[in-house]
Order: sequence, then structure tokens, then C-alpha cells
Amino acid sequence: MESEILDMRHTISALVLNQPGVLSRIAGLFSGRGFNIESLCVAETLDPSVSRMTIVTRGNDQVIEQITKQLNKLVDIIKVVDFFGSEYVDREMILIKVTSESSSRAEILRIVDIFRGKIVDVTPKSYTIEVSGDENKIRAIIDLLKPMGIKEVVRTGKVAISRGSKGI
Amino acid sequence: MKKTGAQILLESLQLEGVDTIFGFPGGAVIGIYDALLNSPIRHILVRHEQAAVHAADGYARSSGRIGVCLVTSGPGATNTVTGLATAYMDSIPVVVLTGQVSTGLIGNDAFQEADIMGITRPCTKHSYLVKDVKELARTIKEAFYIAGTGRHGPVLVDLPKDVMADSAEFNYPESVNMQSYNPTYRGHRGQIQKAFKLILKANRPLIYAGGGVISSDASEELTTFARTLSIPVTATLMGLGCFPGVDELSLGMLGMHGTYRANMAVTNCDLLIAVGARFDDRVTGKIEEFAPNAKIIHIDIDPTSISKNIRVDIPIVGDAKDVLRKINKLIQEEKGDWRSIRREWLDQILQWKNTYPLAYEQKDVIKPQYVVEKIYEITKGEAIISTEVGQNQMWTAQYYHFTKPRTLLTSGGLGTMGYGFPAAIGAQIAFPDKIVIDIAGDGSIQMNIQELATVAQYNLPVKIAILNNRYLGMVRQWQGLFHNKRYSQTHLEVSPDFVKLAEAYGAVGLRATKPEEVVPTIEKALSISKAVIMDFVVEQEEDVYPMVPVGAPLKEMLLV
Repeated sequence: MESEILDMRHTISALVLNQPGVLSRIAGLFSGRGFNIESLCVAETLDPSVSRMTIVTRGNDQVIEQITKQLNKLVDIIKVVDFFGSEYVDREMILIKVTSESSSRAEILRIVDIFRGKIVDVTPKSYTIEVSGDENKIRAIIDLLKPMGIKEVVRTGKVAISRGSKGI
Repeated sequence: MKKTGAQILLESLQLEGVDTIFGFPGGAVIGIYDALLNSPIRHILVRHEQAAVHAADGYARSSGRIGVCLVTSGPGATNTVTGLATAYMDSIPVVVLTGQVSTGLIGNDAFQEADIMGITRPCTKHSYLVKDVKELARTIKEAFYIAGTGRHGPVLVDLPKDVMADSAEFNYPESVNMQSYNPTYRGHRGQIQKAFKLILKANRPLIYAGGGVISSDASEELTTFARTLSIPVTATLMGLGCFPGVDELSLGMLGMHGTYRANMAVTNCDLLIAVGARFDDRVTGKIEEFAPNAKIIHIDIDPTSISKNIRVDIPIVGDAKDVLRKINKLIQEEKGDWRSIRREWLDQILQWKNTYPLAYEQKDVIKPQYVVEKIYEITKGEAIISTEVGQNQMWTAQYYHFTKPRTLLTSGGLGTMGYGFPAAIGAQIAFPDKIVIDIAGDGSIQMNIQELATVAQYNLPVKIAILNNRYLGMVRQWQGLFHNKRYSQTHLEVSPDFVKLAEAYGAVGLRATKPEEVVPTIEKALSISKAVIMDFVVEQEEDVYPMVPVGAPLKEMLLV
């Protein structure tokens, strides 16, 4: 399989104890062992003593195996799931501040509408847009808005959940 | 009745079975030291915090119990880093208790404040900052549980001064309930079956045993396994002693300074059975040519060790003792004349042994190998030996035939100079009646030489054998082989007179400068019930052989 040698992108979810220092243990693990993090998203779950992390990383099979095993080895980590090769949904939300001039206003609104985004702030010179979606959708709207003049983009990083009725 | 944090701490330690701790006081732990006066726990006052961790580590390695040390905040805590990293790399169960500034001052750059959790995160198995005295008992319980289960390792508990003064009801938890930590002990039956089939089919099997065999107390099981099926055994530095070094199936150590027969056996075996070993670079040499013809079975309690450096055919996650027991059970039902089945393979190994045995030539100047060999003969292999790091360590591994587990204390993973002497102190505390000898170099012994005061204070009869070549010998050896003999900064032109130094500390100093003085010196040292430094003035430029240069395959050994 090509994933044995090629670096593939993996989306990993981890349930961790909601305790101080957990994030630095994970960040330290990645930097100390030379793994890379493309994005990282953390927040509380329904159980406030547990947080869920979504980590997007890159590596060949052996590296990803080490990443998941090393994560599992951390005492504060309860469970680790790699979504690679399984059915799952991932989403990211972005906020984009784009320059609006009288000539471009209508076009911006049309794009936002097509992408089912929302205008969350308006000034005479700018729109701030909220959009969520998968990677392709996010990339597409950024590309379309670029010619209008993007002042700022903030991305949440990906969150992911498996398809089907089972939780992790 | 409420108790103070300090009292709760010490009583928790007692309930964990701790009777001795190694430490050094300071402002942040003054309350704990005060409570210690009313506690039956024995405190060994070292002279440097690094030595406290190494001593706790040596205590743990030699006894199989968890070693404990107590130091103050800031510099006291940062001085433990090398000790923690040493214990972490070798998977040694140690609990390090560090003082911390009061909770209200944390983060304020207070006097003697250090973020020791942050500093030590990569070199501890786990760490805790206790912010509430009510959490203290549970934290201590968990710290000991984590240190001594699964793949063992050091755990640090950071104790703010005000938390130690605060009080709470003391209820020590009976059991640990951690949803996030649950090491796998029992090997998977299906995997064990598969492994067993491979073992029966193999023509040239080889056991590669590491420190995991010792930490899981699986020596007996390993020995039964090897002897029943007549499988030869090579051990890593950390594994020495897990199988009798004098057994005809023993090939000695493998790897960079391993024996010719061990490295040739690895290269030619058709089945490699790794038990509690992690395919470290000093063991494998060029990884692509490590055991090139072999299927590999890897038994290890730590899943991250498996397939980290090398692809294995049959991984078995579990405790070495449990897995070997199960394999041994399966073997019982197999009848076979394993000795004759293995004859060809064992003959081949014997031939390798006879072609290039470990050897040196003793001429007019004392050879360091000779000293180690004589220590082995005189102690009949019954001593606890610690080493420093470098040539002294490798010669000990080669010429002292360890026959029992927990008799070699050496920093294998981190390679910490200055480890051996304090580790010997820890072992001597655990075994007051055993002979404990630190085999040292003149360089490394000076890295924790201040502990001579500790041995004097507690009348510990620790023996130190300095293989004194006036060089940082291993680095000099590399400079000789790979840098045109440009001996950059490896010549120790000035060292103390070790005999006088011993005397200054109230110990005994002996010096041997001629080969015929070696045996009498060792015998005399062993007859003295005090600490003794034996200063063996040895050949200056002796090298350790065989040697596999970095990056070369194991079969390409430099033999002389």
C-alpha cells in the first residue's frame, strides 16, 4: 500500500482528562518525537472532566502507528481513534474579514449565499463572514473571496466524528 | 483527626511500604523534613540531588522495589533532571518528590521556583502538581501505581509548601481507579500460539533479551524457555544477568561492543525472539541489516516499542513473565530432542566463539579488562556491580559474567556518567550485607565524587574500582578510530590523588600500578568493612573490542 511509504494526512480524535498540563504533554510529545501537527482543536465533552481533541497530522503508516501508540501511552489520555480509512465527517469553521466596496458587495453576498455562510458583522468597508464545511469547501470560498481582498482569516481547525450510530 | 500535608505524605509513603528515602532538604520542604523527625522512615542525606535520584534508582534496580527521593524546589528540583532522564530511559520505577513554592507564588518567578513539571515532562512517565491537600493521598497512591506498573518509569510529584502545611482528614485509598491508564499484562493467546508455531519450526532461533525480562522478574521463565528448547540467548546491556552468563547457551551481550558470536548469531538466525528489548541503535547497528534472515517475534509490555525501529512479524504486547509462562506451558506438551535438533546451530555458534573470543593480552601494565575479570573471579559473580559510562561500562559488560538478575546497575539508555557511585549507594542501602562495587573510570567517578561523604556518614562499605587511564577513554577511543587520533579535550591531565581523596573523606584508598598487585588489592578492599577506593592505574590507550562502528551492520565488527 502506498500509505506504507507515503505521508498521508490522518485525522485523529483523542479523549483526554480535562486537566492542566494535558495539552502541553501532547504538544511536547509531537515536538519531542518530530511528529507534525497540522491542526489541533480541543474542547470539553458532555462530561466536563473529559476533553476531546481532534488532531490532524501527516505521516506514513509507521509514523502514524507511533503517534497513536505514543498518545495512548500518555497517562492522561483515555482513548485514541484514527479516522483514516473509515467513514467520518469532518468540519472546520472559518471567519473571514473581507473588504467590501460598492462594486463587490453583491458578488460577496452571492458567494456567501452559495456556500451557505453568514454575514456576522458589517461595516461600510467590510463584511465578516462565517462559514463551515469540509476542507474543499473552505478552500473554495477562500479562493473565491481572495480577489475581493481578504483582510483576515481565522480557522478553528478540524473537528471530526464517525458516521453511523456508534460513538468512539 | 486532621493531619498536615507533610504528615499525610509520610504516612502515605509508609503505606506504600517505603522505609528509606534519599534526599536533600531546602526551604520549600522544610515542613516535610520537620515531620520526618517523627516518622519511622529512614532518610539518607546525599550531597547532591542528582545523587539522590541515582541512589533511589540503584535501590530500585537492585531490590525490585520503588525508589523514592525528596528534594527541595528550584535548584533542588532541577538537579534531579539527569536522574529522572536516566531512570526514564531504562524504565526504572522511581518516585521523585519535589518541593515547590507556595501555590500563591507559583508563576511569579519566586525565589527557588522552577516549573519542574514543565522541565521534566519529556523524561518522566507521569507527573503531578498537588494543589490541594485533599488530593495528596490519592496522588501518592497513583504515583506509586504508575511508577511500578506497565512499563516502569519515574513519576514526579511536585509539592507546594503551603499544601504541605495545610491539613485534611487522612484516608489512604485502597485501590487506584484510573480510567485512562490500564497497561496490558496478559499476552494475546492467538499471538502466542502463532509465535509458538514459529518457534517450533525455526532452525536457527535466537533469544534477544532486554531489561524488560529483569523488570518483570521473568528470568526464571526465560531460562526455562531457553534451556527446554536449547535456544541460545544474547542479552542487551540492560538484560545482562537475566540469563546465567556462564550457561553454554549464553552468547553474552550483542550490539556495538557485543561479542563476535552474539552479533554473528543475530546476523544468521532465522528466528529472533525479542523479549523486553527495544531494538536500540547501539544494539542493532545498521537497522536494514539487523537480523536480515530472521522472522521476528517481539514480546514487550509497551506497545510503542513494537514496530518503532524495526518491523516485526509477531508482536505480543504483554508482561514478559506472563507471556513466557504461557509459551512454556505450550512447550511442555511438545516432545522433541531439542539438543540434537539444535546441534548444528549451536556448533556454529561455538565455532564463532572459538574463532574470536573476547580477549586481551596482559603485559607489564595493568589491563582494565584484567581488573574486571579478577573482580568477577574473586566475587564469584555474587556481587552487585554498578558502572559508570564508557569503557568501564563496556568492559564490565564483557568480562563480568552476570549470572543473576538485578546484579548489574548501569545507565544503558541515557548513558549517564556519574550514575554508578550513587546507584551503588542505593544498592548498598537495600542490601547492607552484599558486596557492592562501582566499576568506574577516572573521569566519571568525579561526576558524583562528593557522595564519599554520604558513604562515610552511613558507614556504607561501597567499593569503588577506578580503571584509571587518565583519559575519557571511550571518547578518546572514537577520536583514535574516527578522528585521526586528535584527542580533543579527552586527556584528563589533572585528577586528584584518589587514595588521598578517599582518606580525606574517611574512607580507605588503595592503589595498584602493577598487574601482580591487582588481586591483592581487590582482596584487601573486600576485607575492609568501610568504603574503599581502588585506584587501578591501567594501560592508557586500551580500546574496547569488538566494536561495530556507528551505522555499520553488526557483522562488520572491528575485532582488534
